[in-house]
Amino acid sequence: MNRRDFLTAKRKSAQKTPDSISQTARTQSGLTPYTGAFGTEEVVHLLKRTMFGATAEDVTYFKTRSVTQAIDELLNPTAALPAPPVKDYNETGTTTPDTTVAPGTTWVNTYNTDGTISSRRRSSFKKWSIGIMINQDRSIREKMTLFWHNHFATETAEIIDPMILYRHHALLRADALGDFKKMVRDVTLDAGMLRYLNGYLNTATAPDENYARELQELFTVGKENNPNYTEDDVKAAARVLTGWRIDYPNSTGYYDNNRHDKNNKQFSSYYSNTVITGRNGATAGEQELDDLLNMIFAKREDVSRFIVKKIYRWFCYYTIDAAANTNVIEPLAQLLRDNNWNIKVVLDTLLKSEHFFDPLNRGCLIKSPLELGIALCREFDVKFPNAATEYVDAYNMWDYIRAQVATFNQDFADPPSVSGWPAYYQEPQFYELWINSDTLPKRNRFTDIMVTTGYTRSGKNIKIDPIAFAKKMSNPGDPNILITDSLAILYRVPLSQTSRDTIKKNILLSGQDQDYYWTNAWNAYIANPTDTMALQTVNTRLRDLYKYFMNLAEYQLA
Amino acid sequence: MKRRDFLRSTLPTATIVPAVINGFSVKAFTAQHPIVQALMGATTDTDKVLVMIQMNGGNDGLNMVIPIDGYGNYVNARSNIAIPQNRILTLSGNDKTGLHPSMTGLQTLYNEGKLSVVQAVGYPSPNFSHFRATDIWMSASDSNTVVNSGWAGRYLGVEYPNYPNGYPNATMPDPLAIQIGSITSLTLQGPAVNMGMSISDPVNFYNLIDGVIDPAPDTPWGKELKYIRLIAQQTQQYATAIKNAAAAVPTQGAYPSNNTLADQLKIVARLVKGGLKTRIYMVSIGGFDTHSAQVNTGDTTTGNHATLMLRLSDAVKAFMDDLKGLGVDDRVVGMTFSEFGRRIKSNASMGTDHGAAAPVFVFGKNVKSGVVGTNPAIPTNASVNDNIPFQYDFRSIYASILSQWFCVNNTDLQTVMFKNFQNIALCTNGACGATGIDDIYREAGDQLIINYPNPFVQSTKVTFKTKGGHTLVHVIDTLGRSIRTLTDKEYTPGVFNVDFDSSGLPPGVYYVRLQNGAIQQVRSMLKVR
Repeated sequence: MNRRDFLTAKRKSAQKTPDSISQTARTQSGLTPYTGAFGTEEVVHLLKRTMFGATAEDVTYFKTRSVTQAIDELLNPTAALPAPPVKDYNETGTTTPDTTVAPGTTWVNTYNTDGTISSRRRSSFKKWSIGIMINQDRSIREKMTLFWHNHFATETAEIIDPMILYRHHALLRADALGDFKKMVRDVTLDAGMLRYLNGYLNTATAPDENYARELQELFTVGKENNPNYTEDDVKAAARVLTGWRIDYPNSTGYYDNNRHDKNNKQFSSYYSNTVITGRNGATAGEQELDDLLNMIFAKREDVSRFIVKKIYRWFCYYTIDAAANTNVIEPLAQLLRDNNWNIKVVLDTLLKSEHFFDPLNRGCLIKSPLELGIALCREFDVKFPNAATEYVDAYNMWDYIRAQVATFNQDFADPPSVSGWPAYYQEPQFYELWINSDTLPKRNRFTDIMVTTGYTRSGKNIKIDPIAFAKKMSNPGDPNILITDSLAILYRVPLSQTSRDTIKKNILLSGQDQDYYWTNAWNAYIANPTDTMALQTVNTRLRDLYKYFMNLAEYQLA
Repeated sequence: MKRRDFLRSTLPTATIVPAVINGFSVKAFTAQHPIVQALMGATTDTDKVLVMIQMNGGNDGLNMVIPIDGYGNYVNARSNIAIPQNRILTLSGNDKTGLHPSMTGLQTLYNEGKLSVVQAVGYPSPNFSHFRATDIWMSASDSNTVVNSGWAGRYLGVEYPNYPNGYPNATMPDPLAIQIGSITSLTLQGPAVNMGMSISDPVNFYNLIDGVIDPAPDTPWGKELKYIRLIAQQTQQYATAIKNAAAAVPTQGAYPSNNTLADQLKIVARLVKGGLKTRIYMVSIGGFDTHSAQVNTGDTTTGNHATLMLRLSDAVKAFMDDLKGLGVDDRVVGMTFSEFGRRIKSNASMGTDHGAAAPVFVFGKNVKSGVVGTNPAIPTNASVNDNIPFQYDFRSIYASILSQWFCVNNTDLQTVMFKNFQNIALCTNGACGATGIDDIYREAGDQLIINYPNPFVQSTKVTFKTKGGHTLVHVIDTLGRSIRTLTDKEYTPGVFNVDFDSSGLPPGVYYVRLQNGAIQQVRSMLKVR
């Protein structure tokens, strides 16, 4: 299949000027450390951007920290890396069953070529990944892992081998907060990427340019520079990268000197007419790869700007105007260069900056489908079956969330192409692409279902418990405080007092004017929580309240 | 081919049609004949509409419909708020019962034969909490049971069981129910999904809260908010139908100003005339919780309650006049309700506390005008604990309207209302023979689950259609609890059967629910002895 032609045609047609000029108010703020208030408002902003949603517990936790402490914690995860996915599938219809893998134990170390087993393992991996995001540690790690998955995008349908698939994503997680240049090297030799962009087919006699092109265009220098790399550079880079193959049972890449092009490789003036010396021998592949990466990363400005802009669009906003370019992008790019491609330094400076906390940069991010689905589960603390003792049920429930999110156009581990999801690169709309006449009703239906019937399978049910959420608020018996507290978690943009009052009266007060009617109902329930009538009286009203909040456009913003 | 499609496509104009529809010979009628049209449901003009007016807070029925024959005890019980006898509005041909002096509009309607006054409507063991009493009225539950759906939602669930799958469609292109306001109430909640939509303004109705749209400033988040709202507006599936209906009615009759109920009813009239096939409309007016200052000192015919009575009466009168002027008054019946009445004895704050039964108005050109029932008997020395006992169960009014106005048959009535309620003659719809709900509505949309037989005694066969993947079919009760799982596994796409054996379950209403990915559909079932 020739994915390239299709993709470039699509992407080129959308090329515009480097950055569209925004019609709306923008800010001049830069990277000066933020020293303002660090209350609920700011903590929720920070958490919605760096994690999947802001849970009441996390907000409480971080409010006791300073900005610096909070961001240091988020950037330095202490939790162990997640345990690998387990066998949640059965052997029905397989020719070489997984007999050595006990149900509930991991399959990632046991090679199996059975197509049905592979398919079930890929599915197991995707379900597990949703579970990892829902149960994420209190750090930026999972958000960054997803960032890299979008950056170094791959598809399960192309990788096919589930062990390689797992290790590819594990690599993204392990390198998520480290050295960008090292990460590019790791990804280049990763079996999943060798498979996905045909590196394993790239030989001296039949070069395959697929990876050589994306390495430059999508992963490092980008294609907006002038001058830029040439088609001959793509060909030369492909020849540098010849010889790599995949060891399937071990899920690794390895070098086969017989397949390597041992001639010198000449690059264009963009790369200062560099010649990479052709080598021969067991280490020739790695040596030439290092030469290639050194040459690419010698385009220091282009590489640093490219990746910093992508990080900016992930965490701040998609519009990069002249002020943001001067005050944020350029200094961050410099910082990345000065710190040997250390990504964490960039994140640290950006997240602690006035610019990140600037009111104009809050609430303007449209939730990606994964953010919507995962944050709903986390913020409302939806109870899933026990992942240790009821792993099949847990995996099934994660799969329901996964499938719903996929219908909003974000199928985890299967982005539409090597470019990742268009919402992160397609000018001029960017995130707005998440919302259209097909996906918005589906998003609304999903939130409706989760707060009403939920999803039932194998006698288990996942659903929002509106009372449990209300109980996390500071004073749920006061309808005004309950609404304010709930919106502080659920919304990033203000709702007018008129709207709050109307919603309070129509839903929580059933049309009455006195707040104490809600207070009495809540207290009656608290005094006698097992009384069906008392419970239903508050439950239906809270259900309708949260359903309504999730139906307004405001809920789609983070 | 469905029966009606068949009729539509084959009935020529002005010829004799030798056919029998539901036992009625129509051979003498042409397609234009009203009976044929009624049987075919061919034009929107024959569709009947019910408008429910909710009076929020608990209306003091005793000062709204005043017992002239028991006036002495009435004054004794509430001397500080009683309406002077000479100010009570009299009703033509009835010297025992009168109306609050503000209600000249309703007095006129009564005298023209368009208003029915049902006395002392309530239910056994009345609840005095606003929330619980509102839920009881909306869900039509017993006082001591909890039901998590609304009675009108259940009716629409029986009439349009496939909703929302495959909706809108040619048979039902419009919302099943519309609530004027920001939020749909429990009344319109079906067994699984809400059957109604709420609109504040038929021209620009998305995201309006009290007619006001929250501002979206000139900032990045304001830009994105505007974008999402725009998409939301474009994707509201009934947006075009409602806008078109509103646009089709450029001029309407006069309505009183500063009257939110009148504003809401004006929208209803516009949408009815505009051709929406929507069956049920809900509007509301608040402020009836008159614990204090119900009347003004010095003149008990003025004050907060008098203003509310005036607004209700003026709004309904203007609405009826408008419907008449628009030529659609044949199609509309309305009713008022409030979660409870108030205490017989007034309190010292010139007000009344939460009480029990109260009168209900049913209005429309096709109502059977008159006073139903007798004036409540007021004790000679009413104490603070005395309440008006109910003469008519509020659910009898719902059931009577459903059968007399929407032609719902007995079995379906029992499914909607859970049991049999007294039939009160309230209104007439000539099209209601023995027909019941027509299959054309039941079949509209995508039918994904159905059971046969229904009603059933012991077991019934459930047939469902899955698009493949995990499929759950389970039986839930009126509280929404899952009580029996019929199947819960992976399926290939197709149509399958499962049996529901109801052994051990009491007779009553059950819902069989299909869950298949993001799709769900619920079918009402009735277990009988």
